[in-house]
Amino acid sequence: MTSKNSKVVELEQVVIRFAGDSGDGMQLTGSLFSDSTAFAGNDFATFPDYPSEIRAPQGTVSGVSGFQIHFGQKTVYTSGDLADVLVAMNPASLKANMRWIKEGAIIIVDGDAFVDKGIEKAGYKSDPTTDGSLGGFKLIKSPISTLTREAVKHLDIDMKSTMKSKNMFALGIVMYLFNRDPEQIHRYFEKKFKANPIVVESNKAVLAAGFNYADTIELFGTTFKVEPAPLEKGRYRNITGNIATAWGFIAASEKSGRPLFLGSYPITPATEILQELTYHKNLNVKAFQAEDEIAGIVSAIGASYTGAMAITTTSGPGLSLKSEAIGLAVMTELPLVIVDVQRGGPSTGLPTKSEQSDLMQALFGRNGEAPVIVMAAKSSADCFYSAYEASKLSLEHMTPTILLTDGSLANGSEVFKIPAVADLPSINPPLAQANDPAYKPYRRDPEKLNRQWAIPGTEGLRHRVGGLEKEDGSGNVSHDPLNHERMTYLREAKVQKVADYIPLQEVYGADDADLLVVSWGGTFGVMLTVVEKMQELGKSVALAHFKHIMPLPKNTEELLGRYKKIIVCEINNGQFVKYLRMNFPQFKYLQYNKIQGLPFMVAELEAKFNELLND
Amino acid sequence: MENQIIETGTVQLTKEDFSSDQMVKWCPGCGDHAILHAVENVFPELGIPKEDFVVVSGIGCSSRFPYYMNTYGIHSIHGRAAAIATGVKLANPKLSVWMITGDGDSMAIGGNHFIHTIRRNIDINLLLFNNKIYGLTKGQYSPTTPKGSKTKTSPQGTFERPFNPGVLVIGAQGTFFARTLDTNPKAMTAVFLEAAKHKGTSVVEILQNCVIFANKTHDLITSRETRDDNQLFVEHGKPLLFGKNKDKGIVLKGTKLEIVTLGENGVTENDILVHDQFEKDPGVHSMLASMMPPEYPVALGVIRSVVSETFNDAMMASIEQEKENSAIKTVDDLLNSGPTWVID
Repeated sequence: MTSKNSKVVELEQVVIRFAGDSGDGMQLTGSLFSDSTAFAGNDFATFPDYPSEIRAPQGTVSGVSGFQIHFGQKTVYTSGDLADVLVAMNPASLKANMRWIKEGAIIIVDGDAFVDKGIEKAGYKSDPTTDGSLGGFKLIKSPISTLTREAVKHLDIDMKSTMKSKNMFALGIVMYLFNRDPEQIHRYFEKKFKANPIVVESNKAVLAAGFNYADTIELFGTTFKVEPAPLEKGRYRNITGNIATAWGFIAASEKSGRPLFLGSYPITPATEILQELTYHKNLNVKAFQAEDEIAGIVSAIGASYTGAMAITTTSGPGLSLKSEAIGLAVMTELPLVIVDVQRGGPSTGLPTKSEQSDLMQALFGRNGEAPVIVMAAKSSADCFYSAYEASKLSLEHMTPTILLTDGSLANGSEVFKIPAVADLPSINPPLAQANDPAYKPYRRDPEKLNRQWAIPGTEGLRHRVGGLEKEDGSGNVSHDPLNHERMTYLREAKVQKVADYIPLQEVYGADDADLLVVSWGGTFGVMLTVVEKMQELGKSVALAHFKHIMPLPKNTEELLGRYKKIIVCEINNGQFVKYLRMNFPQFKYLQYNKIQGLPFMVAELEAKFNELLND
Repeated sequence: MENQIIETGTVQLTKEDFSSDQMVKWCPGCGDHAILHAVENVFPELGIPKEDFVVVSGIGCSSRFPYYMNTYGIHSIHGRAAAIATGVKLANPKLSVWMITGDGDSMAIGGNHFIHTIRRNIDINLLLFNNKIYGLTKGQYSPTTPKGSKTKTSPQGTFERPFNPGVLVIGAQGTFFARTLDTNPKAMTAVFLEAAKHKGTSVVEILQNCVIFANKTHDLITSRETRDDNQLFVEHGKPLLFGKNKDKGIVLKGTKLEIVTLGENGVTENDILVHDQFEKDPGVHSMLASMMPPEYPVALGVIRSVVSETFNDAMMASIEQEKENSAIKTVDDLLNSGPTWVID
C-alpha cells in the first residue's frame, strides 16, 4: 500500500521512539513496527526503555515506557542515538523524551491527553503543545483518544478495551508516515486475540483508522521510505539478546549431546532467559526455577556432575550470591556456564538500566585463587554465538565460564541471520569411558590440562568430588602444601590454555592508526558505528573490540603495542582498563567512561576521539 | 504397600562394595561411625547397581560422609547439599540420591534449600545427623540446641527456641519423616530401608551424639536408666505404647496428645491411638514428631509416609508430553520458527 496524498522521500536511516504511560502498550507498538520493518527488508535494531515499576503512577514521568527502533538501508549496529520521530501518548512521555530527539524531529502526540491534569502531572507549567516551546519541531497533534473511540463505535466493546487500542491508532499514523502496509500487522492480532474476535476487529479498525486519518487529512506533506538493506542471502529473524542467549545454549546442548539443565532464579534483566528455556522441554531442556540464586547455581553444579550441560543465569546481585558456588565449580573442575546480564549497580542499583560494571566481579569475585573463563557478548544477535562458544569452552575445558551480557543487549533486538546447526563448530566434552582402568578423577589431558568427565551411572568410574583441595591425579582430599600450590598453578594454566582455542583479536582499521579505540562486550554496535563513520571521513582511528577477556586473545599485547594512543571506552568507572594496566603495564591507556545507566552516543564518542586526534 | 518402589534386585552386592579406601577421620566414639555402617549395610540391600548411587553432602562433620562411601559423591558447600542433590536427581532421575547433612548445615545456613526440597518432594533420601551442636567449628550452639544450653557462643545459655526438625519437615509439606538413634543400628537400618523405598523426599532425623562438644545431649532418650520411658517406637497399624512393660500409651484428648497408663482409670489398649503413617492429614504426625522428653517420650521410627507426586516425575512427564506435542523437534526447527523472512 502506498500513501496517496503525499510526496515520498527516500531516507538512508531513521530512528523512531514510541513513548507512553507504562500501561499504554508502547513495547507492543514498537515490536509490531519492528516486524513490519523486517518485512520491508531493512536492517534494524531496537531497544526498550521502561521503568522498574510495573505500573508506576499513571501520567507521571517516572511511569513512562519507551521503545526505540533504528532502521536503515545500510547495516545498523545500534538502536540509534537521537530519534527522528517521537510518538508521545501523554505529556509525561513527551517531557521524559525531549532529550532523546533530534532538533527538528517529528513529534506525534495524542492531543486529548494534553489537558490540565495530565500537563500538571507531567510537571509542565503550561501546555508545551501551545506555549511555543516545541517551536523547533514538527508537531503533529491529533485527537488520538477521540478518534480511537470513533473507530470502534460500530463494535460492541467496552471503554477500557477501546482505550487500550489507542496505541494502534498511533501505530497506524507511523505506518503511513513510512509507507508501510498496515495489513501486515493483522496476522499478529488474529493470533494474539484468537479467543476474542471482537478485540481482533477493534485493533484492526483502530490501526486502519490511524493510517487513513493520516492520509485523508494530509497530516504530513511528505512521507518517507527506507529502501531494503543489502543483507546477505539467507533466512532472517528479529531476536533479542536474552532469547539469543537461551537459543545458543539449546544449540550447544544439541550439538554436544549433553542435555541442557538450567538452575535459575528470576532477576531483572536476566529473567527472560529462564522463561524462554521453560518453553523448550521438547528439546530436552530442564529449566529449574530454584528457591534462590544459590540454589540456582548449585543445582546446576549437581546437574553438571551428573552429566548435563549445566548453566545458571542471573544479573549482578545474583552473581554476588553465586560467588561461593562458582568456587566449588572451579575446585571440582566441572563445566558450568554462568550468565550475568549486567545492570547498574552496586546493590539493587538500576535494575532496568544497563552497565558494564560486573567485569571485576566476574574476573576476581571469589575467595581463593579461582580463575574462570570470562567472555562478553557484543550484540543482541551475538548472544547466540557467545552462549554457544561459552558452552563449548566450558564443556571441552572442564571449567566454569562466565558470560557477560547486559541489559541493553538482553532487551534490545536486532536482525539475526539464522544459522544451520550443522554449520556450528562441534563440541566434544572429555567423557571418561566406562571401566577405564586408568581413570583417575584428576588425571589431566596434557594439552588442555582438563580432567575427564565421569558421569554417575557409568560403570567403573565411581569417584567423589568436593570443595576440599584435591590431590593431583587421584583427586583424594589433600592438605599437602606443595600439592595445593601445584593445583593452584594447574587450575590457572588450564584457563590460560583456552587462549589456544579462541580467535585472535581483530582490529577494525589500520595497524598504524593514530588512535586505537578499545572496548568490550555490549558496546560493539556504537563503537563500530563511530569508528566506521570517522574512517569514512578519513580519520586515522582503529577499533579493537574484545569478546574474550579471560584469557585475553594471544595477540593482545602485540596489538596494543602497535598504537601510540589507546583509549579504553566502557560503561563503568574503568574496569577493563584496570585489567589491561594490570596485564600490560608498559602501555599508556586513556579512558572514556559513562556511568549513567545509558548507552554511549555516537556524537559524544566522535567528539572525544576527534579531540584526541587533534591533540 | 502402595509406595513400595524397590523390586527384588538381581544385583548381588555386599557392604564391601560400598566401603571406601579413605581413612575415616571422625572422632573415636562419634555417632557418625554407626550411621556409616548402617548405610553401608543398607545400600547392598536395595537392588540398585553400585554406580547408580550418588551421595551428596554440605559442610560439617557429617558432611565428610561421601568421602567414606565408594559411590559417586559430592562434598559441596555449607548448607547447599539439598539444592545440589536436587540438580543431580533432576539431571538423572534414575539415580538413587542420598543427602547427608547436619543440624547446622540444613537447619541454619541451608534452611531455605531444606524446606523447598521437601516442599517440591524431590525423590531423594535425606539423612539429618542431629547432634544439636556445631562440631566442626568446635562447639557453638545450633538451631536445634536446647534452650538454655551453655556453649562457646552462649556462655550464659542460649536464648533461642530450637527447631524440631520433624515439625519443620511436616510443616513444609514433607511426605516422609522418620526418626532414629545412632545407638540402635538395627532400628536405624530398618528406617533407612523404609526411607529408600519411599518415593519423594525421605527425611530421617538421626539423634546422633557428639562426644566432644555435646556429649550425652540425647542422654534422657538413650541412657539405659531412662530410655524405656522416653522412647516410643511407632509402627504402622499398632497402638502407640511404650515403657518397660509397654503399659504406657498415647491418646488423643481434644486437640492434644496425652500419656495414659494401661489399667489406670479404666484405660485399655483399645483406647490407645493407633499409628497411621500413611494418613495424609499432618496433624497427628506433627504432634507425634513434636513429643520430647521429659514431658513425652520421643517418637522413633517412621512417623509419616504419604504418597504424593514427586517433582522429578512431574517434570519428566511434562518433558515427554512436550516432546510429543511440539512441532519443534530440533534446534533448526526452533531457529526457523515464528516470524522469519528471506533475503534472496
